[in-house]
Formats: sequence, C-alpha cells, structure tokens
Amino acid sequence: MSSTPTRPEGAHAAPRGVSRRALLGRLALGGVGAALASTAAVPAVAVAPAADPALSGSEGQVPALGDAVEPFRGPHQAGIATPMQATATFVALDLRDDVDRDALIRMMVLLTDDIDRLSQGTAALADPQPELATVPARLTVTVGYGRGALVAAGLEDQAPAWLAAGLPEFSIDKLQKRWSDGDLILQVAAEDPVTVSHALRVLLTDAAPFATVRWVQSGFHRPANTTPGGTGRNLMGQVDGTVNPTSGTEDFDDVVWVPDGPSWLVGGTAMLVRRIAMDLKTWGAMDVAGKEESIGRRLSDGAPLTGGDEFTAPDYEAVDENGFLVIPPTAHMRRAHALAPAERILRRPYNYDDGIAKDGSADAGLIFAAYMADPMAQYVPIQKRLAAADVLNVWTTPIGSALFAVPRGVQEGEYIGQALLG
Amino acid sequence: MSAPRHRSAIAAAVLMVGMLSACASDSDGADAATEAAGGQAVACPITVADPWVKATDTEMTGAFGVLTNNGDSEMTIVSATSPSAGKMEIHEVVDKDGEMVMQQIDGGLVIAAGGTAELAPGQNHMMLMMLPAPIEAGETVEITMTCADGGTAPYSGVAKPFDGGEESYEPGMEGEGMEGEDMDASASPES
Repeated sequence: MSSTPTRPEGAHAAPRGVSRRALLGRLALGGVGAALASTAAVPAVAVAPAADPALSGSEGQVPALGDAVEPFRGPHQAGIATPMQATATFVALDLRDDVDRDALIRMMVLLTDDIDRLSQGTAALADPQPELATVPARLTVTVGYGRGALVAAGLEDQAPAWLAAGLPEFSIDKLQKRWSDGDLILQVAAEDPVTVSHALRVLLTDAAPFATVRWVQSGFHRPANTTPGGTGRNLMGQVDGTVNPTSGTEDFDDVVWVPDGPSWLVGGTAMLVRRIAMDLKTWGAMDVAGKEESIGRRLSDGAPLTGGDEFTAPDYEAVDENGFLVIPPTAHMRRAHALAPAERILRRPYNYDDGIAKDGSADAGLIFAAYMADPMAQYVPIQKRLAAADVLNVWTTPIGSALFAVPRGVQEGEYIGQALLG
Repeated sequence: MSAPRHRSAIAAAVLMVGMLSACASDSDGADAATEAAGGQAVACPITVADPWVKATDTEMTGAFGVLTNNGDSEMTIVSATSPSAGKMEIHEVVDKDGEMVMQQIDGGLVIAAGGTAELAPGQNHMMLMMLPAPIEAGETVEITMTCADGGTAPYSGVAKPFDGGEESYEPGMEGEGMEGEDMDASASPES
C-alpha cells in the first residue's frame, strides 16, 4: 500500500500502556461496549450559503435560517429525508391506560394541526406563546408509533413483523429503561433551539390528555450556517455519515421507505433511536493513530486509511509493510460495512452533552437516530457484527434503544396515521 | 400572525362538518332562517377561521376563532347553539370593580361589513354552558350561529387542551343563571 498514509508504527502509546495492536487484537475476540454504525451525513442545506469571508466574524451578517420552511405535506413525513437541522429533541410518550383508537385519532388530529401550523411559521391553535411561532427555522416534527400504540388501538395485527418482534438483544447493550421504548415518538428538529422548545411546549400540551412523557433526549449538530455542506462529526471527532444514502435518489428510497407489508405503513419507515454513551476521557487520551485504526478512517478528513479522500472506496484487503490489514479487522468501518446489499440504513444522529461532573467529565454521546425500511434485514446484521468485534465498543456503550413505525406523510385534510387509525 | 386562515387537517374537517350540518339543519326545518326568509333558508355570511373550543370536563367552556362578515352590510350575531351544550351565550369580558368578569354582550356581537371579530380567551368569546358531557381534547364541536336577520352560520371547531381563560363568570342577567349546584356558589345575580 504505497498510497497509504504512513502510520508511525509504535510511535504512539495506547491507553493504559497496552500496545495498540494488542488492544485491537484482543478486542477482536469479543467486543465490550457499543457501536455506532459510523454516523450520519449532513446533507447540504439548501438555505445555507457557502462560507463567505464578507460574512465572517462578529460584524458579518448571519445567514437567515429563521424564515426557512420545510414542507409539511407529501408522500413521506418530514424530518427524515430532510437535511439535518442543528438541534433536535426526541420525546417518547407512554399512552395513558384509557387511550383507545378513538382517543388516538383525536390526539393525532391535534398533533397534525400543530405540526402543520408550526412548521410553516404560524402559531398553533390556542398557542400559549404565539410570538415564538414566527421563526420556523426549518422545523420538522416526525411522529412514530411504537408497538404499544397499535396495541392501544386494538390494531396489533397491523404491526409489521419487526415492530411486533422488537429488536434482538445485542451483547454490548447496557440498556436503561429511562432511555428505552415508548408507545409514541416525536422527533422535533429545527435550526433554532427556541423554535424546538416552543414546538415541544405546544405538542406536549396537546399530548398531555393522552400520554405521559417517558423519556426526552436532546441533541445538537453543527448548524448549517457554521459548516455549510460536508459530513458532520460526532463528539469523538470522527467524520460520521460518509456512506449515508443521498436523498432524492432511488437508492435512498430503497433504503428508507417501506415498500410492502401492512398497507398503512407503505411509504413510511422504521425509526430507531439508540442512546450511545461515549467515554470521551479515555478516547481523548488515545493517540491519533489509535483513534484512526479504531474507526478505519483518518480523523483529519475522514478518508479511509487506505487513501484517497472521504468518499474514496476503502480497500479492505490492503496490508501494510508488516502484513497487517491497513483497516484493522476490528475497525468500526470494516465491521459496519455492508456484507449484503440490504445492509444499509439512513443515519440522522445528534450529539448529546447532558451535563458535566465535578471532575469535568461529560455525560456525552450520540443519539443514534436511524431510518430504514426493514430493521431486521438492514440494521440487525450490522449491529450484530459491531457487537461482536467493533473496537469502538471500548469507548461507546448503548444505554437506550427504541423502535417505532413512522407512518407515511399526509395530504390535505388527513391526520398522521389516518391510514392505520381511520 | 393574527390568526391567518390556515389550511389544515382541522380546517378541512371543519369544512366537511360545516356542510353536513348545513344539510342537517335544512332537513330539520327548525331554524329561524326558514321563518325569516319566508321559506327560503338564509345563510348568515359569517365564516370562522381557526376555530377551537377549550376542552373541559366541567359544565362550561369557551369557543374561539376569528369571525369574518363576508356580507356587504353590518351583521349582528344574536345567538348560537351547539349539540355539545345545553345553552350558549355570546360573551364579552369587562372590568368590574377591578375584576375581569364575563357577561353576555347586550344585543349580540356586531361585525361590520367585511370586518372581522376575534374571539379569544380573555376577550369576546362564545360560551358553552350546561354541557351534557365532557368536551374531550381533539373532539370536534359543532356550533351554529344565528344572525339578527335569522340566517344561520354553522361551523365546527376542535377541542384543545388549554389552561387559560379562567375569568370568573357573572351571568348578570335575569334568568340567565346556570342550573346546577356548582353555579350557586359563584354566581351573583343582580336581581
């Protein structure tokens, strides 16, 4: 591999004095922590102008994202193919015991109208703070149904197989109830955190008669006006999301939208929300080469360790001068790499940083939000490989997991989920 | 954002329900409209944008929205009815000895030709009283307004969870007191 960037062999100490190569090798025998199936791309945001020196600095103008609106109606719900917004809050709800199909319809009528209005920059009906509704900032709200919602509606037989069965347990999981499951999910995302906060206030006011809050996860992503275009990075510094499907392509549609099965879900998708805790302290203590071998990509630009740029195909067969695979057997990228055409998903993850301990360590990680037509065929095989031997499991631990069926989009006069509940 | 007309799931539902109730009242043959126009149904030219009703499990609640008089003459809404309420009144909120109280608008709600009137919590609103059943969040509430000329304007609004609009109610007019024991404590009829 002459084109491979040189790795200064032995020049860096691995954590706790263990040699990096030994560490990687040992982990190959059985993973410890969790897995990030690398992470999501940041599709270019149409409203974000490229960096312009004239706009930079404190005297420059900030590009106006506040007025930007994402369409609400369409064949699919917004917030999936939508380029990632800067902030997102995921709220899982538990339906109250007395909520039946009729009540669920009433709830969806209210939420649909709220989302319709707020996403277009209009105050909701009975909006407690209508002044805050005038900055849509690309607000999207995506609604998903957990298995419990179908049970409550007496429509269990309408659950797709993957929702009825739920995800299998993965060996690396240390799932906590406080970050897992739920009857419903709302993914609320916008470029402006005030917009997200206001939307949540409105939505949860309307949800309150029907449901209680099970968990809330808030995350962030670099704003489009600070990083126009390009792939995002997670808090471990990794370029994350290089291999995401591109919205607007047939490939994207194949990966994301449900093609068959219960008719109400055709054109919908599966939404997976996993909370991945990161040990940033020990990760940060490791040398650059160790980090790069863990992921299989260069930290500087996300290029595969076998050379080229971020979007160059990795050479998984390449070996170095000592006969070692350049992309190690346990590298995250190798483990996550699709072994079958179906093994691809859309990742739309947000970083979280939920407080700092007295010693300065962060409760930080990734809200791994991913969409796919069939989790069993597309996600589970990848995650099993990652659980078995992804070296990133040393620093990452899945502590929450929840799976939802996201109904297709709505037309004029419809409420979300009408094809199921109506 | 002064409550612009907004096309939405609810708005569409309202249109549908509005047409249905128009048909229903025609066949009922019970409206004042029929009498007023000598056998011809009269449509009161009032439309309602962004209509909603406060969901409640008590015996009364309010209905809100933005009324527009699409006619070319001044119009007065003199009354309203709803299958969800035993009785309806059109209210204003006034400062009475430092306390905001609501009371019936004397003579009804007047809207200029082409003009609008906002019904909102803490302001003018329609009062639904003697509710036979709770009005549940997300439920559709049908309301029919009657104009001074006898024409009617049916519409419907969605029931929203809402914490505000708790002004005290003062019936103020003879014979307008609510029946039911929970009104006795708060009502203070002037007569």
